[in-house]
Amino acid sequence: MDNSSTTKPSEASIKKAKEMMAYIYGNPSSLHRLGFEAKKELDAARKSISDMLSTSADEIYFTPGGTTANMTAILASARARKRDGNKVICSALEHPSVMKNFELLKDFGYDLLIIKPDSQGKIDLDKLYNAVDDKTILVSCMAVNNEIGSIQPIDKIKKLIKDKKSNAYFHCDAVQAFCKIDIKPKKLGIDMMSISAHKIHGIKGAGALYLDNKIHLSPVICGGGQEKGLVSGTEAMPAIAAFGAAVKDVGNLDDNFEHVSMLRLHLLEGLKNLEYVSINSLDDAIPYIVNISVRGVPSQVMLNALSADEIFVSAGSACSKGHRSEVLKAMNLSSERIDSAIRISFSKDNTIEDIDALLKSIDKTARRVRR
Amino acid sequence: MKEIILIKNGELALKGLNRSTFEDILVKNIRKRLKSLGEFEYTKAQSTISVIPLSDDIDMDEAANRVGHVFGIAGYSRALQVDKDMDEILVNAPKYLDSYLENIKTFKVEAKRSDKNFPYISPEISAMTGKAILTKFPHLKVDVKNPELIVTIEVRDKYAFIRGNQLKGAGGLPVGTSGKATVLISGGIDSPVASYMMSKRGLTLNAVHFASPPYTSPQSEDKVHRLLQKVAVYSGNITLFTVGFTEIQEAIRDNCPEDMFTLIMRRFMMRIASKIAFKEDSKALITGESLGQVASQTLAAIACTDSVAKMPVFRPLIGNDKDEIVNLSRQIGTFNISIEPYEDCCTVFTPKHPKTKPDIDMIEEAEKVLDIEGLITRAIDNTKVKTISFQEN
Repeated sequence: MDNSSTTKPSEASIKKAKEMMAYIYGNPSSLHRLGFEAKKELDAARKSISDMLSTSADEIYFTPGGTTANMTAILASARARKRDGNKVICSALEHPSVMKNFELLKDFGYDLLIIKPDSQGKIDLDKLYNAVDDKTILVSCMAVNNEIGSIQPIDKIKKLIKDKKSNAYFHCDAVQAFCKIDIKPKKLGIDMMSISAHKIHGIKGAGALYLDNKIHLSPVICGGGQEKGLVSGTEAMPAIAAFGAAVKDVGNLDDNFEHVSMLRLHLLEGLKNLEYVSINSLDDAIPYIVNISVRGVPSQVMLNALSADEIFVSAGSACSKGHRSEVLKAMNLSSERIDSAIRISFSKDNTIEDIDALLKSIDKTARRVRR
Repeated sequence: MKEIILIKNGELALKGLNRSTFEDILVKNIRKRLKSLGEFEYTKAQSTISVIPLSDDIDMDEAANRVGHVFGIAGYSRALQVDKDMDEILVNAPKYLDSYLENIKTFKVEAKRSDKNFPYISPEISAMTGKAILTKFPHLKVDVKNPELIVTIEVRDKYAFIRGNQLKGAGGLPVGTSGKATVLISGGIDSPVASYMMSKRGLTLNAVHFASPPYTSPQSEDKVHRLLQKVAVYSGNITLFTVGFTEIQEAIRDNCPEDMFTLIMRRFMMRIASKIAFKEDSKALITGESLGQVASQTLAAIACTDSVAKMPVFRPLIGNDKDEIVNLSRQIGTFNISIEPYEDCCTVFTPKHPKTKPDIDMIEEAEKVLDIEGLITRAIDNTKVKTISFQEN
């Protein structure tokens, strides 16, 4: 139950990746038959993603993963727009693959403004409204927070930018939202959006950046000119084709959502009996992510104990020693709660039995460790 | 024509009648270390051990690297073995040492001749070789007092040998000549260094690690394995006993005053390590303690833990500052592993205000509520044993 870290590859994506490795191993840039076959697979994968997002296929750019998609969106748009302004804005909730690239822009001389979230773990739109000005070239806010699952008000952000008469681009890291909630960039006013394959039962090594046709970026990964020059480097075809297969294979998003909502409800009901557990995720969070604190049991200890029972969860999100989650801090949680936070993240394949086993193991561990 | 390694014994020459036993152990240790590289012949003469490869495809760079990690060796050098022929010597000396000769300014040649039938005497060999080197490397100057490189030509009964400067060996005494001891290893910076230091004094090592799942993770056990692999580069194989320590820590937490947790825990560690050591015919314990470094390493605290050890406890780092220990750990390659952030059992249930001046009677009183013997027996029953072999980079 650590599906926000990664998911088990689906049968369809494994089959596709194997087929690509064994038979369709050409370089899509090659002009012979093998290359052409690979090119067709590349186009097919692109089509299945653009269908899911209701965009045109030529607005999808494959990257080696979510991190590279974020990095490309941030650095390449800053590079393209360096004459338009010097100010860049992101939310404090962002994943390191966004945050660290904004910090890099700061090193390059950009004026970086980080918008703190409100106590609900959501970006503070009033602060954002006040921050955006005519010098602002880029605003980035994730769709779903990876630690607590808070759904961000991304539908409001482009309008807010326009209200301030700014022509800043809006980038959205949708890695945790893609194929979980219906997220259509055109409808939401998103100019650039990052997604990743291995979070949706694809295999590791592929991601994609949606880029509105009206937007022009100056590449920061330069080389052979793949992906219309934006993401150079020979395409990782097994992972990309499997990405396409995984997207086709996600099933009905509403049905999945309903199933996972039921799992979440079952978990929350069960946790009610454990008086030492606090729920950190808010009621309106995405049901796929449930962040809880088992007070008195350090995250890592709970993680070890669950792992011994073959149940896998994450310790908050950033579990490196001595580093407390910025998101949980912003929610004004006590240090005891932050240090005992674990993140449970579902996939459509989880079952009620999984939840019951989890509840049992949490209770068993807590009884033993809490004294 | 082939390359061999000449090894100069360390303190062995001082050891009187025991010398040959010591030398035998040293040769055995070198043999073990080089075994995986191929077959070698070993000969001993005048406190020099020659390591001669028996086939041409042996990686002599790696062999020399490994020899450099064997305790009991003061110095060693790589030498080229050539036919006992002056022309052979003159052609090969500049060629063999060219990578050194190119990068220095001064040198001298020393010749030794144990075969008195060789047609040239030592000064003649030196002069001729020096001239051959100068012809090929005209930028060089001969400096007999303080040369950067001493080229040594040795003419022995079967072959002549050409070698450059002697390299510094790992020093110390051959592992095994001082007996066997058991190190308490945590995963921190200090205990691997302490292991290295005592191994250097000729001790064969085995190790005891205390694991407290779920409070400690499988990664922290793996970390200890990797640390010991680095130590084993010097000490040779180490038998690791991983003791299941959870029940003891929980019992202490549930029944003893918080400010004594750490000391009572350490006393359990000492008792268990002593028992394992005794069974394994190990005659001493080793810890990485450094006086005053943390609350459990004050003089009073050490007295409390020492009193339950049934054998001598060696603490080679007792007088070292942390930065000295860190330097040594970098040198032996354990530092970067030690600083990986996995919990070890010493950080579980750490009291907020530990006693720094504990009173031994109070500790004994506090322990009385525990079933000490039962806890120890169960912990020892719950022990995993694994042999850790050296891992060269």
